[in-house]
Amino acid sequence: MHEMSLCEGILRVIEEEAEAQSYHRVKTVWLEVGALAGVEVEALRFGFDVVMKDSIAKGARLAIIEVPGQAWCMLCMKTVAIAQRFDPCPECGGFQLQVTGGEEMRIKELEVE
Amino acid sequence: MCTDCGCGTDSVTIDGHRHHVHDPHISDGRKVRIEVDILAKNDEYAARNRGFFAGRGILALNLVSSPGSGKTTLLTRTVDDLKSSVSVAVIEGDQQTANDAERIRATGVPAVQINTGKGCHLDAHMVGHALERLAPQTDSLLFIENVGNLVCPAEFDLGEAAKVAILSVTEGEDKPIKYPDMFHAADVMLLNKIDLLPYLDFDVEKCLGYALRVNPDIQIIPISATRGDGLDDWYRWIAGRRAGLKRTKEV
Repeated sequence: MHEMSLCEGILRVIEEEAEAQSYHRVKTVWLEVGALAGVEVEALRFGFDVVMKDSIAKGARLAIIEVPGQAWCMLCMKTVAIAQRFDPCPECGGFQLQVTGGEEMRIKELEVE
Repeated sequence: MCTDCGCGTDSVTIDGHRHHVHDPHISDGRKVRIEVDILAKNDEYAARNRGFFAGRGILALNLVSSPGSGKTTLLTRTVDDLKSSVSVAVIEGDQQTANDAERIRATGVPAVQINTGKGCHLDAHMVGHALERLAPQTDSLLFIENVGNLVCPAEFDLGEAAKVAILSVTEGEDKPIKYPDMFHAADVMLLNKIDLLPYLDFDVEKCLGYALRVNPDIQIIPISATRGDGLDDWYRWIAGRRAGLKRTKEV
């Protein structure tokens, strides 16, 4: 999807935080990306380098923390692991699942100077 | 990429080349915790729009689909049929041209066109500005026709009460599982162009099954925007949501 605009969102957050947390250069960005967030990590990396080029995060490293997909199965009445949104429940094969984790896309931490 | 020597993050380690460390948890720089959702900025604007709608009793619906599903035809028909009983306004999103807004204005209701240029979706900030120009009336119905795209608009909350996904039977019946995020995010799916079913090899039951698989709560209304099939059900759905708004307002 729109990985480029997501990278612009990342840069906006980094620049906004720069003053509050008093840093002038970002060396590493730790980003949590859920398996169900709809983010193509390779496209994100590509966009990241391009968007950060003329910013305080120029040349920064993007470290991705993958968060597995999780859902509540209404038939089994418990939490199960899923790889994709439309996957069946690995235990009962049903599709009565409510996603409970793995949709996040958040900046966790920065390494700064 | 490593900024010391330019080698990749998961590059091989070569003996004698140890002047820096690639482990993300070992470095000299200071660390700051951020914990910010990347879509947070959009969500802030969306919350603002949602407040605007709630304060004025406006039902805002975000119409999403592939290009060519018949969104604008459905919209002009819906506006024509409903405008005598409720005040209607429209925000049109397209990459280029004001053609769609002109089609809507021809029905006599106010419409604002947003051209996203290179962008593949509307965001809440753009919609906020469109609302300033459109100034929709109290207790009105607002349709936001998103850019024809089944991927990106799923991720961007505009502050709407519900997303309405439109799928036409001239597309593949497996679209709900090919683009699960969108059908997961929608409250209702309108299966359009059913007047063409006799000429097509489209398995309706299969399609409905796929939609329910990605979203067990989705409501499905088969319609034909040109012939009029199912439109009463669609209007009943809208009326139900408007009645729901009123109830929340009174409570």
